Amino acid sequence: MKFRSVFEIIGPVMIGPSSSHTAGAARIGRVARDLFGRQPEWARIHLYGSFAETYKGHGTDVAIIGGLLDYDTHDERIKTAFEDAAKAGMTFEFIPEEEEAEHPNTARVVIGDGKGEMELVGISIGGGTMEVTELNGFPLRLSGHYPALLVVHDDRAGVIAGVSNVIAEQGMNIAHMEVGRKEKGKMALMVIEVDQIFDETLINQLQSLPNVTQVSTLAN
Amino acid sequence: MDILFSSVKELVSLAETQNKPISEIMIEQEVLLTRRSREEIIAQMERNLTVMEQAVEQGLKGVKSTSGLTGGDAVLLQQYIASGKSLSGDLILDAVSKAVATNEVNAAMGMICATPTAGAAGIVPGTLFAVKNKLNPTREQMINYLFTSGAFGFVVANNASISGAAGGCQAETGSAASMAAAAIVEMAGGTPQQSAEAFSIVMKNMLGLVCDPVAGLVEVPCVKRNAMGAAKALVGADMALAGVVSRIPTDEVIEAMHRIGQTMPSALRETAKGGLAATPTGKALEAEIFGKDKSARDTVKS
Repeated sequence: MKFRSVFEIIGPVMIGPSSSHTAGAARIGRVARDLFGRQPEWARIHLYGSFAETYKGHGTDVAIIGGLLDYDTHDERIKTAFEDAAKAGMTFEFIPEEEEAEHPNTARVVIGDGKGEMELVGISIGGGTMEVTELNGFPLRLSGHYPALLVVHDDRAGVIAGVSNVIAEQGMNIAHMEVGRKEKGKMALMVIEVDQIFDETLINQLQSLPNVTQVSTLAN
Repeated sequence: MDILFSSVKELVSLAETQNKPISEIMIEQEVLLTRRSREEIIAQMERNLTVMEQAVEQGLKGVKSTSGLTGGDAVLLQQYIASGKSLSGDLILDAVSKAVATNEVNAAMGMICATPTAGAAGIVPGTLFAVKNKLNPTREQMINYLFTSGAFGFVVANNASISGAAGGCQAETGSAASMAAAAIVEMAGGTPQQSAEAFSIVMKNMLGLVCDPVAGLVEVPCVKRNAMGAAKALVGADMALAGVVSRIPTDEVIEAMHRIGQTMPSALRETAKGGLAATPTGKALEAEIFGKDKSARDTVKS
């Protein structure tokens, strides 16, 4: 079930003109920023399908930049996102691609700063709802419906148990969990959607576990 | 995961056996799926209703989009209604003008509430605020109108699509008009089954509608498709209330819409490559808006 709430049908409240190409795009940008954990200094955004063909008319570009500046779908500042990005010291580039993506509204968002880089693929599936389908080369499915923890770790026995123990000790319930890896024994990614909002303590505990290299979070 | 309904058949049967309106079943499912309180959910829907009211108000004062392609038609329609010369009826034209008002605000990058999308955001509020003058609903009934629309939209979104890029305009204004028809029926005192019939009657007349926005802007023909969507919603609701039924059950109509969307060529699914976007005038407007020899898909750099 891709749509879970009536407010994905009657909603979101947003700045026009398109729920999929403006609001959904803003959400993709905002999730990318959330996962990156800070304001990126630069952004390179590849657009596919309908996104590539119509992004200027729909304000997809200002919306994604607005999202990267942490603006919500109904934030009037989306309109001035390009100017605001310049003031915030973020450079950007939009590259419409010829090749077909699996979904007609796909964006590959590559962002970074002096400390690091992140690459995320987001699809806008209609009515302002979006999904993350890839993060740093890992295929995944992240809806943004729930608060989520993304744990990059070495592909070793016991890491998953360690992580889920820490979560259980906090009295938290896991709503959905997915584990993926690029190659056996190398790097792996755990995506854990939980029912409650988590705090710094949990993140710090997870970060200190053996074989865990990075913990990113997505607040709901 | 607990879910009360995933098809229109289940939705109607729940409403009938429990003797509840469809809006109530939607509220109950929302409580179940999101674990939020009933009060919180109703309060959020009321906030959405307020956004819709403000958008209509703003549009009726007259707005203009940046491209200059749309704006001002809602005002023209209200003036025409006031002249007393309307042929199709004041209520229908009032709904049309309010749907247009919302979409003109949307095209001007104003604040709206997507129902189910921004490109189709005019139909549900446009019909609601027109029918309101005839049926004098309470605030609660107006909120319920949105829950009923949402219940039908929920089934469409999960079983077919509400995205023009995936399913064409039938998935956007088609869904919106059908959702509105179902909600009008409930507000007018019709049965849950009559809501479903109204939905089917309208959707059957939206099947195959392509998404072909000129220059990729949500303006031409989107604003006028919202206008006609509002008119169809009202007529469809009246037909169902008169006792007319659809020979094809609602869930099968939704399935047909889904399959038509899947076989629609990509040129007609929000790529601005076919249909009205590809007409000589459509192309000329695109060149005018983005500059000569430039298109909606050229690289943008900071």
